[in-house]
Amino acid sequence: MKGRTLVRHGKEGLKNIGRNGWMSFASISAVTVMLMVVGVFLLLILNLNHFLESVEEDVEVRVYIDLTATEQEQEELRNDLEQLDHVESITYLSKDEGLDQLIDSLGEDNREVFESLRDENPLNDAFILRATDPQLTEQVALQAEELNDIDRVDYGKQVVDQLFKVTNVMRTMGIVLVLGLMFTAMFLISNTIKLTIVARQKEIQIMKLVGATNGFIRWPFFIEGILLGVIGSIIPLALVTGGYYYVYNNYASRLSLDFAELLPASPLSLQVSLILLAIGVFVGVWGSLTSVRKFLKV
Amino acid sequence: MRIIEMNNVSKTYSNGVNALNNIDILIEKGEFVYVVGPSGAGKSTFIKMIYREELPSSGSIHIQGSDITKLKSKHVPYLRRKIGVVFQDFKLLPKLSVYENIAFALEVIEEPRHIIRKRVMEVLDIVKLKSKARFLPDELSGGEQQRVSIARAIVNDPRVLIADEPTGNLDPDTSWEVMETLETINRSGTTVIMATHNREIVNTIKRRVIVIESGRIVRDELRGSYSYER
Ligand SMILES: Nc1ncnc2c1ncn2[C@@H]1O[C@H](COP(=O)(O)OP(=O)(O)OP(=O)(O)O)[C@@H](O)[C@H]1O
Ligand SMILES: [Mg+2]
Repeated sequence: MKGRTLVRHGKEGLKNIGRNGWMSFASISAVTVMLMVVGVFLLLILNLNHFLESVEEDVEVRVYIDLTATEQEQEELRNDLEQLDHVESITYLSKDEGLDQLIDSLGEDNREVFESLRDENPLNDAFILRATDPQLTEQVALQAEELNDIDRVDYGKQVVDQLFKVTNVMRTMGIVLVLGLMFTAMFLISNTIKLTIVARQKEIQIMKLVGATNGFIRWPFFIEGILLGVIGSIIPLALVTGGYYYVYNNYASRLSLDFAELLPASPLSLQVSLILLAIGVFVGVWGSLTSVRKFLKV
Repeated sequence: MRIIEMNNVSKTYSNGVNALNNIDILIEKGEFVYVVGPSGAGKSTFIKMIYREELPSSGSIHIQGSDITKLKSKHVPYLRRKIGVVFQDFKLLPKLSVYENIAFALEVIEEPRHIIRKRVMEVLDIVKLKSKARFLPDELSGGEQQRVSIARAIVNDPRVLIADEPTGNLDPDTSWEVMETLETINRSGTTVIMATHNREIVNTIKRRVIVIESGRIVRDELRGSYSYER
């Protein structure tokens, strides 16, 4: 296609958007709302998945020793733990070491707060068990819970199971919501463009009579669809990217526990932005091309 | 050389109306043909077959030797570039000037700009509207508007010009203006096919007359006159 023709199509596409200002505005808003929701869900789900993956790798069992246990009782507990099936190794982690680990895992900002806890360490001493096979972690943990002088037993899987339930619900909700919104946006766009086509029916009829190809006639509508999608993506892109950077920079360290951290903002926002832009453009183009099809029949 | 050939063409619309029955016709290059007949006889349907606005239900239509009923729809635009069409209601774009309306037909088939300029000036000369190139359609008389639409139909130099009641909306004087223009175009070698109800024109400018009644050709005379039984 010649450059001049492309410029013409671009101008026509823009003109169409202006011609039906309010309907275009409604379409753009629909794309905007949809992409905001998609963006937020995408960020949540990606982070949850990342979180789950790191939790799954971390298959140790932490047996926290009751605060009242004497040294001898601790020794007995260690023996009992050694007797359990499928235990590969036992490591002792004193509460001071535990606090060190915790502080290390935190960002600079929060360190000082926790440093002040050194004098009154709220943690328990613990034994850290590794199962011979990660799959057996739960079994080891359940056995350990039966022993005396135990405050509590933590293992990754508990969290994982719970989170799996939450993510599945969220994923389903997200998909339903997103599909509903995508459909609404496409419907609005295809209706907007139908209006511009009705207004331009005579023009299209003449174009067909003098031998313009369907491709040629379709181009301005194609561009209009792209523009509606792109304009509709501007706000969600800015908010999702900006919002995530903000959350990441201000809360990432506070939110991160031993093993869970937010995905770094720098590649993630770009990836999510590209996905949102692609969805926006897809919805716009799909909406616009479905509406022209009927008018192009010979 | 024959430019249009219809063999056993019938058309039944999707609502069951039988608009054309077993039409056989030969039209030679350079002919001027009137298509007459009572309202609802099938004249417009006949004309629409030629530029493939409608497809026949059966039969074949050859234009310059190729069967257009077998044309793939993506090739239809290229058929239309060989055929100019003029309507009773002009179909001009009101926001474009005379020049732009005519140039539009060449822009959408992506002709280079210098060719567009040259061709538009040529056809403006043929329809005698050079002085009004910058006018909007609303600023022209009915006859002038119809001449603009004729100019647009011939601007890409079609082999055939078809016109469905081109004088239907015009008073007698302006109708004669339009006929003069069509004759000029015909003299330059373009085949002209025109459906009309205008008895005076058909009887004065004597040309081939095809009479259609109830979807059948009932008369076809080389220097015919306007008459059909009711
Ligand atoms: N698109 C259509 N769908 C269904 N029936 C149609 C269609 N177009 C025309 N017809 C029917 O076909 C018949 C022939 O119509 P056509 O328009 O060809 O007549 P005509 O000779 O041009 O009449 P007029 O002189 O009034 O313009 C009529 O009965 C009409 O109702
Ligand atoms: Mg008619």
